[in-house]
Amino acid sequence: MIVRLMGEGQFEIDDEVAKGLNDLDEQAAQAVEAGDEERLSELLRRMAEAVRTNGARVPDEHLDASEAIVPPDDLSLDEARRLFEDEGLIPDLPAAS
Amino acid sequence: MAGLMSRASMVVKAKFSKLLDHAEDPAETLDYSYERQLELLQNVKRGIADVVTAKKRLELQETQLQQSVVKLDTQARQALAANREDLARQALERKSGLQQQLQGLDQQAQQLEQEKLVTSEKALSAKVEAFRTQKETIKAQYSAAEAQVRIGEAATGIGEQMADTGLAIQRAKDKTDQMQARASAIDELTTSGALEDFTSDQTELDRQLGAIASQSQVDDELAKMKAEVGSGDKQKELQQ
Repeated sequence: MIVRLMGEGQFEIDDEVAKGLNDLDEQAAQAVEAGDEERLSELLRRMAEAVRTNGARVPDEHLDASEAIVPPDDLSLDEARRLFEDEGLIPDLPAAS
Repeated sequence: MAGLMSRASMVVKAKFSKLLDHAEDPAETLDYSYERQLELLQNVKRGIADVVTAKKRLELQETQLQQSVVKLDTQARQALAANREDLARQALERKSGLQQQLQGLDQQAQQLEQEKLVTSEKALSAKVEAFRTQKETIKAQYSAAEAQVRIGEAATGIGEQMADTGLAIQRAKDKTDQMQARASAIDELTTSGALEDFTSDQTELDRQLGAIASQSQVDDELAKMKAEVGSGDKQKELQQ
């Protein structure tokens, strides 16, 4: 499947890697819930590392959507809240008016 | 509770469908989005240039401080050699104060991580450039009429790209803003004189040490002259 590391690009990973990624992702969500920034950074780093090491980089010209999107590995707790709770971290996409 | 990955996907999809709701002409929207990305990228670049300038100024101040520390050390030695322990103490006290300032400046300079900013700006430029190619691909794939009704996989893909680039630009801007705020705080600190004026080259210590030096020079010359005059007298005596 194709996953995107935000800020970096898309990678093709196999099911085994995807499974490991899901486990880490669950823990990362718990870290956000618990307000544990250190744990969140560690988990996001491990997720990104797993994808980079075991995945194949998909060229930028490729235009398929990703099945999963991994937040940036240096996302702070505050940014995580802005990203997930009020969708404020990603600016609204500019529409031509 | 949903994991972060699916929540991130949801946010990205929501952003894109919101865009599509408002976009009458997808091709135009893609072009506009690219123009906007370029604009924001320019802002980030300008911000980084400011931070780089601030860092250079800070480094210059550090160099001046370091020179002052060396000078004060030498002065302390000169004072001791002239048996002026009081002056030597003054010099060392001043030196220790400057060293503390130096440490503070060093910490502040380290917080201005301009290399990181420059690296992320380069990645960002590459992303924006990739987006330009992608939007042309999309535009070529769909006629305007088709694009109105068919939001295919590729369109979702480019929506993801747009959101990702948007996020990257936003974060680069946030970081650059933070650095700029830090840099201007340091600037204020130095211009308000909260940092000791270490650039003035004539301190009280300089004057006192200068006085000692010229006093001992006078003494030396006097002794030399006395010796010359004395030996001249002796020669006269011999000639007589």
